[in-house]
Amino acid sequence: MKERVVITGMGLVCPLGNDVASTWEGLMTGRNGMNYTTLFDASTYPTTFDAEVKNFDLNKVLKYPQRHQHCNRGSSFALGAAQEACRQAGIETETDSPADGIDRRRMGIYLGAGEGAMDSDAFFTAIVKAWNSQTQQMDWAVWTDTTFSMMSAEHELEQETNMPAAHLAVLTGARGIIRSCLTACAASTQAVGEAAMLIRQGKADIMIAGGAHSMIHPLGVMGFNRLTALSTRNDSPWTASRPFTASRDGFVLGEGGAIVILESLSSAQKRGAKILAEIIGFGSSSDAFRVTDMHEEARGAVQAMRSALQDAGIGIEDIDYISTHGTSTAENDSIETLAIKKVFGPRAYQIPCSSPKSQFGHLIGATGCAELITCVMAIQTQTLPPTMNLHDPDPTLDLDYVPNQPRKARVETVLKESFGFGGQNNVLVIRRYRS
Amino acid sequence: MSGRRVVITAVGAASPLGLTSGQMWEGLLQGRCGIGRIRAFDPVKMPCQIAGEVPEYNIRDYVPKAYRKAAKLMCRDIELSVIAADEAVRASGLVTKAIDPEHPTLPSERTGIDFASGIISCELPEIAPSVAVSAENGRFDMKKWGREGIPTVTPLWLLKYLPNMLACHIGIIHDIQGPSNTITCGEVSSHIAVSEGAEMIQRGHADIVLAGGGEAKVNPLLMVRQCLLKRSTFSGNHNPQAACRPFDAKADGSVFGEGAGVLTLEDLDCARKRGAAILAEYAGGASSAADTDDYIHLKNGEGLEIAVRQALEEARVRPEELDLIIPHGTAIPSDDRIEADVLQNVLGSAVSRVPVWPLKGQLSHAGSAAGALDLAAAVLAIRNQTIGAAFNLETPLDGCRLLFPKKSAAYPVRTVLCCGYSFGGQTAAVVLKRYEEKSE
Repeated sequence: MKERVVITGMGLVCPLGNDVASTWEGLMTGRNGMNYTTLFDASTYPTTFDAEVKNFDLNKVLKYPQRHQHCNRGSSFALGAAQEACRQAGIETETDSPADGIDRRRMGIYLGAGEGAMDSDAFFTAIVKAWNSQTQQMDWAVWTDTTFSMMSAEHELEQETNMPAAHLAVLTGARGIIRSCLTACAASTQAVGEAAMLIRQGKADIMIAGGAHSMIHPLGVMGFNRLTALSTRNDSPWTASRPFTASRDGFVLGEGGAIVILESLSSAQKRGAKILAEIIGFGSSSDAFRVTDMHEEARGAVQAMRSALQDAGIGIEDIDYISTHGTSTAENDSIETLAIKKVFGPRAYQIPCSSPKSQFGHLIGATGCAELITCVMAIQTQTLPPTMNLHDPDPTLDLDYVPNQPRKARVETVLKESFGFGGQNNVLVIRRYRS
Repeated sequence: MSGRRVVITAVGAASPLGLTSGQMWEGLLQGRCGIGRIRAFDPVKMPCQIAGEVPEYNIRDYVPKAYRKAAKLMCRDIELSVIAADEAVRASGLVTKAIDPEHPTLPSERTGIDFASGIISCELPEIAPSVAVSAENGRFDMKKWGREGIPTVTPLWLLKYLPNMLACHIGIIHDIQGPSNTITCGEVSSHIAVSEGAEMIQRGHADIVLAGGGEAKVNPLLMVRQCLLKRSTFSGNHNPQAACRPFDAKADGSVFGEGAGVLTLEDLDCARKRGAAILAEYAGGASSAADTDDYIHLKNGEGLEIAVRQALEEARVRPEELDLIIPHGTAIPSDDRIEADVLQNVLGSAVSRVPVWPLKGQLSHAGSAAGALDLAAAVLAIRNQTIGAAFNLETPLDGCRLLFPKKSAAYPVRTVLCCGYSFGGQTAAVVLKRYEEKSE
């Protein structure tokens, strides 16, 4: 007997707002989260702007912030988002003796979380001191001494990718299945999907699932710039994320944390939790093509979408809205459009599909779950978030991308897709909850 | 639970004891140790100057001709993983695109991959020239880095170090198009990846899954990190082979290293249909979280005990039915003590009968790949009906009543438990069984 999986809580910290309500308000009113980079001096970088989380203070969110005092930006966003999601779902946090009636051994965590920022001051300084340009050799003695004098144990530990999940375990007391994955830009969609499968297979009653990531640091931005993945529209950061336009030139790097509380239907009913939506399908695939490019015929994306629909036991006619990966890169938006056409045939033109990245940027590991939350909001409000900055459509991309304004629509069933570097494809199908 | 049974039809391993699982197994039984002075860089000023390093190899021997150009995008973590996956595929008898480009028979869309990876640190000499040109009067200058340093960094730099690239390169080489995940859950990542890979098969999303993990920790940044966290031993530099002493009274820290292990997991019917040799069966797995002091060391055994007990329950194995335990055994004294207490609690009166065989004294601690090497050894113990001796274990920790084997010997191994824990507090356990046609 397979368990049905429902969503009973949501939390979000992202460049548009530090909770779900303000983010949704931003999406509905055309705000965007972009501006010039403040987290480090990027003034001479090929890209000088990003989408940063603003005015987020963990001390205001938590009762015992000192338990998390060294945590990196990603972990702090995870904590903020989890606190909001748990509150909505009625899960008590920051207590050793919760009275919410939830068995902690049946409550787990699954995050698609990224690494923390490197200690770049120590990193760069040690190399400058130790590199001998004549011999093209590192003086390891100098490097080691400099590194030890500058790096701290706490900062080093907090860079590890499992630390966001570690902090959430402390926050919530979860003692069930704890996992953490990192499949590039598809990570938190995958985390939610895998977590849903664990509930469906009866291995947990509740999973705190989602993602957290910040790559807005000197090496992260450099890496994306060298791949020419980022927009370089330095004169207009606010309109730089423009998915599906002819003038798109890359994504805008964002950051954030996004958490959903997944629960078996029987657990949610027993607790009397409010059900926000149901997860009915998950599909995962790999392109197995190239680490540098998506498959030209969208092979992996198509397979993941078809697997998710099959897993959900529904047909293409049942999908009312597609929440795209929609990064605003030349390659993604073209191949994603092709994939939708291949899966949905002529019906592709009747399904609205939009990209909230046009407003909050690309949250990398956290992006899929952030967008999933917008899908739940679309179901709850019967309103679709738009693709902003869509004034010069790419003539080869001709689907209904919900340009520039939110739209009232009948939204029962939604498909959320995420694609990551290396050919990682993950797709979720969610539906308005019906008993 | 699920009707589908998951079996293991091959293993592959690249470890400090050799480039194949066979070499690892022989080395373990013969009492060889893969730990020595660090060769990857000059560790002269490091408090810990020793590590477990994989013997020399030529990665071109493991990458099909058509894909050789991509080999330059592989960091060492990826290379080791590609080597272990190559063995796990060849030994399974599956014909992938890499084995026969013209006539592969692997059901690509029904094959998945679930792989553990660490946080990968970049190669310093590779990026150093770009950083060095960014200096102004001997100090790093961010503005100059933006103008003059960044344009000289190799364009695909980032792709070399993304954790999911281990799985992606293996997937491309063998044409694996089904579900793919990369577990980044610290030092229990491999246990989790193998469990999740098995679950992909149990729930019908795949018929075959390559599961395991790889990590190359002998990078100066990662070695510094373990020293700063005081998890490395600082006293073993003059006698590397005796330095890593899991559960020994004289242990004072771990020795880190590198490696990769891969298990070929397969739906039983699928394996039988193609007449594959079945080495072992996946019986169950679980994970949890433990309290930690400062997120580094275990504070108590609660989280580890939950994982172990739930894995046994899922496998329908009573503790006294275990024939072998391969523990995490890092040689960090406080952690070893808690792990020993947990195993003693779980085993109860069976503690005097069930052998506990820690491997890190010989293999070193390969971080997120450690569990994959343990699980590969567990499969080989089942297949060969043999277990080896606990290495560097002269006097067990005070009060430790676990049974540590003193010499390699034939042993009836039907059921094996592998368990682990991580900085950050995550814990995990996996149970493997000898394959028997009738399941109880």
